[in-house]
Amino acid sequence: MEVKEIERIMEKYDADRTDVLGMLMDIQEKERYLPREALRHLSEKLSVPLTRLYNMATFYEALSLKPLGRHQIHVCMGTACHVRGAARILDKLESSLSIKPGEVTPDLNFGLKTVNCVGACALGPVVQVNGEYHGNMSALKVERMLKRYSEADKEKTE
Amino acid sequence: MSRLNSVGELEKLRAEILEKRDSGRPCITTCLGTGCHAYASQDVYNALAEEISSRGLTGKVDLRGTGCHGFCEQGPIVVIFPGEICYCRVQPEDAADIVALTVLENKVIDRLLYEDPVSGQKYERESEIPFYKNQDRLILGQNRLIDPQNIEDYFALGGYKALAKALAEMTPEDVLEEVKKANLRGRGGGGFPAGVKWETTRQAPEKEKYVIVNADEGDPGAYMDRSLLEGNPHLVLEGLILGAYAIGAAKGFVYVRQEYPLAVKNLTLAVQQAEEHGLLGDDILGSGFDFSVSIKRGAGAFVSGESSALVSAIEGQVGEPRPKHINTAISGLWGKPTNLNNVETWANVPYIIERGAGWFNSTGNEQNKGTKIFSLVGKVNNTGLVEVPMGTPLRKIIDDIGGGIPGDKRFKAVQTGGPSGGCIPEQYLDTPVDFDRLKELGSMMGSGGMIIMDEDNCMVDVAKYFMHFLKDESCGKCTSCREGTKRMYEILDAITRGEGREGDLELLEEIAWVTENASLCALGSTAANPVLSTLRYFRDEYEAHIKEKRCPAKVCKALIRFTIDPEKCDGCGRCKRNCPEGAITGELKSPMTIDSSLCSRCGICREVCHLDAVTAE
Repeated sequence: MEVKEIERIMEKYDADRTDVLGMLMDIQEKERYLPREALRHLSEKLSVPLTRLYNMATFYEALSLKPLGRHQIHVCMGTACHVRGAARILDKLESSLSIKPGEVTPDLNFGLKTVNCVGACALGPVVQVNGEYHGNMSALKVERMLKRYSEADKEKTE
Repeated sequence: MSRLNSVGELEKLRAEILEKRDSGRPCITTCLGTGCHAYASQDVYNALAEEISSRGLTGKVDLRGTGCHGFCEQGPIVVIFPGEICYCRVQPEDAADIVALTVLENKVIDRLLYEDPVSGQKYERESEIPFYKNQDRLILGQNRLIDPQNIEDYFALGGYKALAKALAEMTPEDVLEEVKKANLRGRGGGGFPAGVKWETTRQAPEKEKYVIVNADEGDPGAYMDRSLLEGNPHLVLEGLILGAYAIGAAKGFVYVRQEYPLAVKNLTLAVQQAEEHGLLGDDILGSGFDFSVSIKRGAGAFVSGESSALVSAIEGQVGEPRPKHINTAISGLWGKPTNLNNVETWANVPYIIERGAGWFNSTGNEQNKGTKIFSLVGKVNNTGLVEVPMGTPLRKIIDDIGGGIPGDKRFKAVQTGGPSGGCIPEQYLDTPVDFDRLKELGSMMGSGGMIIMDEDNCMVDVAKYFMHFLKDESCGKCTSCREGTKRMYEILDAITRGEGREGDLELLEEIAWVTENASLCALGSTAANPVLSTLRYFRDEYEAHIKEKRCPAKVCKALIRFTIDPEKCDGCGRCKRNCPEGAITGELKSPMTIDSSLCSRCGICREVCHLDAVTAE
């Protein structure tokens, strides 16, 4: 990540250190993870101990020290989704992608994560991919959904 | 837009807006809340816009994208005014008919009407639909009429009238007194009287004070705060400004979870608009009162919704709870007195100030006034957001509004209060829902999640589910919570795997007691509720798992096996094709069989079977 980019994000928050979480989230959005050099830079410029930044990076679910997938899949495990079979949806995604929650596929194309509730409870079970919601999921719909994202990628590269 | 420098200028602007609006002019509203959005309501909106402009109707027909109407089950929802004709599950292809028939010719399109799944009756007007008819939508009601990104819509419905009234006619003490008289109880969970909390902060000796909107709605299964912030952000802001006036705070914060991007967007816009209009900032409406608001995003940590943790998070620390020897009302943000209320609580305030405590007290029961929004989800026909007077019986919510349980299934329990709450069985369905009665039943109100479970849900599995949630979300500061939730989870997991032992239930109760009594914050002190309430009402299910190694609801994978009924199976091969383990064999057009040693009990075969031939035993 370029220093210029980090500086831009800091400026957005007037380099106010109480907004360091917002800055970390912006970096995460941009890079799909928190690069070590970005954390070091923030730490120095804001005079926030690096340990505090690592504490935050590991405390909050939305932050990651490892790159996430290009298509980051969030499987909602909220209560409403749970009683409507969210575990089955997760099983299916795990077996289709051959990864466990918290992992990414070797080509970094798909990442899988569970979330404790995305607040779209009426649509349960819900899967969120790149911010898009897929409601009333079933194992069959999982297949179709994955295919759609893979095909969209192919079209882009062609 | 120029600043409004007095209450008179606000009323003048309102009059101008109302004059511009012709109530007879047709208006098509499309729900763009998160639920409908997931069903591509934006495409429906775009198709309607296209249809209106291509027919040269721009300026003659209004189109409005609104917040959540609440009936998420039936999305995308489109309502056409002035007739209030409600269409459900609308697709972009329907746009042409809606404009040509309903808007221009006043004809109702039968295929788009809501049809009651039980009676088969169709309804034209939104307010006639049983789901809406049985509600009392004081707080949520404006959502369907407002474009949340347009402050004029809020003005048109009387927005910021309460603020104008307070600044012009009331002292801060009067505002505080009104909220106290209304006996408004905190909608975030505990039900603590908001007015009493406000007074504590107001009377605290420090001059610098803060007010906070807690929009870190973390209870799984609850999303009313999201819908309010997304659909009517000015209502929440107005409540906050009134609170700041009463308490004497010059600075406020909204802490909103990053999982709600649309709420962040609409709220940010609302704050900007309020600033431009002089409703936030210095000398609000020329009254001399200064107040500003900042928005802070959370990053996915359930415990950060706890008041002291939330305060830490806003300060830029890690969002972990602190010991509360002195509570946040006296020593909160940077050690200053800080009043924190949840989104729905703040949204009640403008109504109380504008219409008075007496009006507010006319709804609800003895100790619980006003309405409460619930998210009615899980195994119920009409899922969505439901607002009813406090004290409405559970049965009315589930049957009359929710339309009962889908299929021929039997109701088993309703879970309220999120991970701090409990499961309530059928014999208590006539209980009036309020803060106190739910507590008596071993559950709690929480932020209003109401998850319905039927006979296919295993209560041990549900307890395990919550314990998994809590052990994940425990910040780890207190040993009792960190270890207690983990050990309870392990015991529950063993029970669901058929490895439960005699004495497990007693051990669970013992750990529950310690976790409850030795943890700093509410996450730990209420962590045992899901276990204790299911043990209280469904002990037989636990015992079946432990003694007979049997899961009566046929959920726990280790205790069931799937078989295919050869009488029902027509050999279509769907299950075989979709089985991820290759455990299903058989020739096409003859009954399939499942090899139990290969089967992972994922249930996909049951899901894809069109004849219901796969059963669990």
